[in-house]
Amino acid sequence: MALAFDEFGRPFIIIKEQEQKTRLRGLEAQKANISAGKAIARILKTSLGPKGMDKMLQSPDGDVTITNDGATILEQMDVDNQIAKLMVELSRSQDYEIGDGTTGVVVMAGALLEQAELLLERGIHPIRIAEGYEMASRIAFEHMEKIAQKFDYGVSNFEPLVQTCMTTLSSKIVNRCKRNLAEIAVKAVLAVADLERKDVNLDLIKVEGKVGGKLEDTELIYGILVDKDMSHPQMPKQIEDAKIAILTCPFEPPKPKTKHKVDIDTVEKFQTLRQQEHKYFDDMVQQCKDVGATLVICQWGFDDEANHLLMHRNLPAVRWVGGVELELIAIATGGRIVPRFQELTPEKLGKAGLVREKAFGTTKDRMLYIEHCANSRAVTIFIRGGNKMVIEETKRSIHDALCVARNLIRNNRIVYGGGSAEISCSIAVEAAADRYPGVEQYAIRAFADALDAVPMALAENSGLQPIETLSAVKSQQIKENNPYCGIDCNDVGTNDMREQNVFETLIGKQQQLLLATQVVKMILKIDDVISPSEY
Amino acid sequence: MAVERILKDEASEEKGERARMASFIGAMAIADLVKTTLGPKGMDKILQSTGRGREVTVTNDGATILKSLHIDNPAAKVLVDISKVQDDEVGDGTTSVVVLAGELLREAEKLVAAKIHPMTIIAGYRMAAECARNALLQKVVDNKEDPEKFKSDLMKIAMTTLSSKILSQDKEHFAKLAVDAVMRLKGSTNLESIQIIKKPGGSLKDSFLDEGFILDKKIGIGQPKRIENAKILVANTAMDTDKVKIYGARVRVDSMSKVAEIEGAEKEKMREKVQKIIAHGINCFVNRQLIYNFPEELFADAGILAIEHADFDGIERLALVTGGEIASTFDNPESVKLGHCKLIEEIMIGEDKLIHFSGVELGQACTIVLRGASHHVLDEAERSLHDALCVLSQTVNDSRVLLGGGWPEMVMSKDVDELARKTPGKKSHAIEAFSRALVAIPTIISDNAGLDSAELVAQLRAEHQKEGCTAGIDVISGSVGDMAQRGISEAFKVKQAVLLSATEAAEMILRVDEIITCAPRRREDRM
Repeated sequence: MALAFDEFGRPFIIIKEQEQKTRLRGLEAQKANISAGKAIARILKTSLGPKGMDKMLQSPDGDVTITNDGATILEQMDVDNQIAKLMVELSRSQDYEIGDGTTGVVVMAGALLEQAELLLERGIHPIRIAEGYEMASRIAFEHMEKIAQKFDYGVSNFEPLVQTCMTTLSSKIVNRCKRNLAEIAVKAVLAVADLERKDVNLDLIKVEGKVGGKLEDTELIYGILVDKDMSHPQMPKQIEDAKIAILTCPFEPPKPKTKHKVDIDTVEKFQTLRQQEHKYFDDMVQQCKDVGATLVICQWGFDDEANHLLMHRNLPAVRWVGGVELELIAIATGGRIVPRFQELTPEKLGKAGLVREKAFGTTKDRMLYIEHCANSRAVTIFIRGGNKMVIEETKRSIHDALCVARNLIRNNRIVYGGGSAEISCSIAVEAAADRYPGVEQYAIRAFADALDAVPMALAENSGLQPIETLSAVKSQQIKENNPYCGIDCNDVGTNDMREQNVFETLIGKQQQLLLATQVVKMILKIDDVISPSEY
Repeated sequence: MAVERILKDEASEEKGERARMASFIGAMAIADLVKTTLGPKGMDKILQSTGRGREVTVTNDGATILKSLHIDNPAAKVLVDISKVQDDEVGDGTTSVVVLAGELLREAEKLVAAKIHPMTIIAGYRMAAECARNALLQKVVDNKEDPEKFKSDLMKIAMTTLSSKILSQDKEHFAKLAVDAVMRLKGSTNLESIQIIKKPGGSLKDSFLDEGFILDKKIGIGQPKRIENAKILVANTAMDTDKVKIYGARVRVDSMSKVAEIEGAEKEKMREKVQKIIAHGINCFVNRQLIYNFPEELFADAGILAIEHADFDGIERLALVTGGEIASTFDNPESVKLGHCKLIEEIMIGEDKLIHFSGVELGQACTIVLRGASHHVLDEAERSLHDALCVLSQTVNDSRVLLGGGWPEMVMSKDVDELARKTPGKKSHAIEAFSRALVAIPTIISDNAGLDSAELVAQLRAEHQKEGCTAGIDVISGSVGDMAQRGISEAFKVKQAVLLSATEAAEMILRVDEIITCAPRRREDRM
């Protein structure tokens, strides 16, 4: 620990409670940071690719998660190291921005750090390395633009979209029925997509899971699925051509926000109050009935009396529906959310062709399907699976697939997967390196080497000889001038990713490069770590 | 430089081979634990809870055993989870699914030791599972068209399910009970409408199915004990003091006499309410909530039977059987649908008085009264009966039926073996292993019965080489026998669920190559 002395020889304090903190400086700090980053990357490395393995995570409460989604693994890992936390952030931002490639980005960053370590040992200043990386990432970025291809799709011809989603899903546990799920994801995205503006609001796609059945039973519902049942067991279980009143006010006497007291001091008052109360319920139900509603969906609970009145007047109702679901129902049925009974009008009712209750399994599990809605712009993906963990993992996989489909609709350019894009970029960066004078040249070369890490990990996970396979593919790319050669993970027999139909989105890949470079630059620039020491 | 600690204190990480070992061993330990309960000669387990009272449960239901275990091994938790799902979905086969998953992992362990990559094993298992399912699909029998045969199928399934339970002594009796109860549901899978009442005393044989409905309540004092042609109003309303529901209302008075007045008004209000209820022209009133003494007295005066505090399920069932609606307001007597039944009377079972509704309009619900020597017996009997009811109600919807006694496993293993021979590459080892895991089930069943499993299974396999074989293991006589003759059947849906979820779980555990355990959340010491 560095100590400073003033002119009288007394030590003075630079950092508060200095003796309780540990401090790493200079090269040592960088090396420690790099090794922490590498450790995180190493954990994820085996999850990459179609033959990647899963991780089992046990939460503090003992719940088990099994996944190979990078973002999820890191999020639940309970990381303590500061640099490791940066890597977690990195994968999370890839998840928010793109939704897919969360593992790849961390592996890429890990490889960059590994190369940086070698350069540091040679005595190259970290800032120069960072600058070199920056240049190299720009080269790679532009090269990717060059090798990217546009592909066409339409509402009727969505096969290319399905193929891309299948690439994403093939690395997950659900790859058994990836075709099925990919189609579901693409159809769902197309249903809610705004093709004119090239935008997709993923909030309109609800992903709901229920344990039981098998993965193949997963279905896409053009409508909304609510995990609720009718408020009264004797209400009809199926309503056709439903007119839905969507309410956010409870079927209960109002509770004014201002504090008040109603004092009862005479018998008359007591009686009028009673009548008033009675009228209240009657009016509420009557108002719903008057506007022609045939189904009431309410965010709050009902009083027993109101419940019976509803039942009595033949007005089925659902209670305790969550706010998000309520919004979705409103969007799907074209209704308006009504906060007060007085404001109910026939125009504000939502319309659905069919509302039905469906029971599952041997326990009393029921769900409400709202289908054939006026506006089919909200859909639900209903996942079935053998156990809770499969469902959770399927949800994550579907989310990835949805994101990929959305990205393609935003920007329909793709690069080929299987590591082909990385290899091609690596060749391009390597070639460009020679043109740069100065120390950066080394950093750029190191970047090219780091790019090889992803295909290398892919080959390793698929049980191939990593170095041999990579060098073979690389020489093939140069020889045939074909940037679409990648690692043949599934043992299909061809290296050409165009034939294997393995695509990835251009923006996803570019984002991976940029994010990884950025974080690595940040880590390299740190030369002093001060942290409270253990006690 | 040494890698710094990445994870938090107490969090641990296990990688590669060690992680795989940890999860295999955990999963197999769980499978071995429930293994001995499999089959008609399976043994029971005693479970003692850690809660107050050290309550004891005796059971051989896989789901119940696993639910009560406190497990720390994450892979074992996966198995517990599939058993729970099996219970929720089909109700039976909760033990088989865990045992099969355990056997699959045991085989996988050997393959991994022989340097076959887990992904290859998974690929092989998937092919095998698909092939096994197709093999079953080819052999299923569907008797939906023929009601007579269908009913006998149901009987057989119920008997097969019950034969591994505590009820096996009286399985015919209970199978009949269960089939009758399920047939009354008319295809609905809502088992809520079958009520099971447990009354200690008597023997298991004294259990019976009642076509009507039995409510575990007493009739109020001074009210008629027997009503013929009853008109029943089923209600969910407060019969204590009707609270004012308008927010912020309170009673504030300045003299004692005013209090009395208000009290009088309150009483008046209740009297009015009772009058309204009576105006429905009923002679029986069943309420979910409390009925205070005052209104009860009023009802007694009017000669109406008032039953309070029927729980919610009871109310729902009563509404189902009698065809009435559950009412909460009483202003329009003409439009409230009342329930009807021919006779309400108080009956005695053992030493308890119960209310019996017979001659009901809609026979969709019914009651099974279980009698037995002790609470433990009754609890286990209820679980067993629940299993049987679940299986039956699922079979009513999906009427495909298979033979039992290890027959389906042998059929699947035969086809899977053939597939293994046809498949080139490393996958075939995995497929072969799958078939071995399937055969493990009949092996365990005969082991549990104290039979020579090696001999029997070998004989069985030889039998199955013949076309259209119906041989299985007959545990009672300890030999290979014709399952069709002995009437041992199982529901296709259960077998399929066992096969698919066991494969899925095994696959999931196989894919793991790293276990990260977070630091357990600290809890306040409860001691």
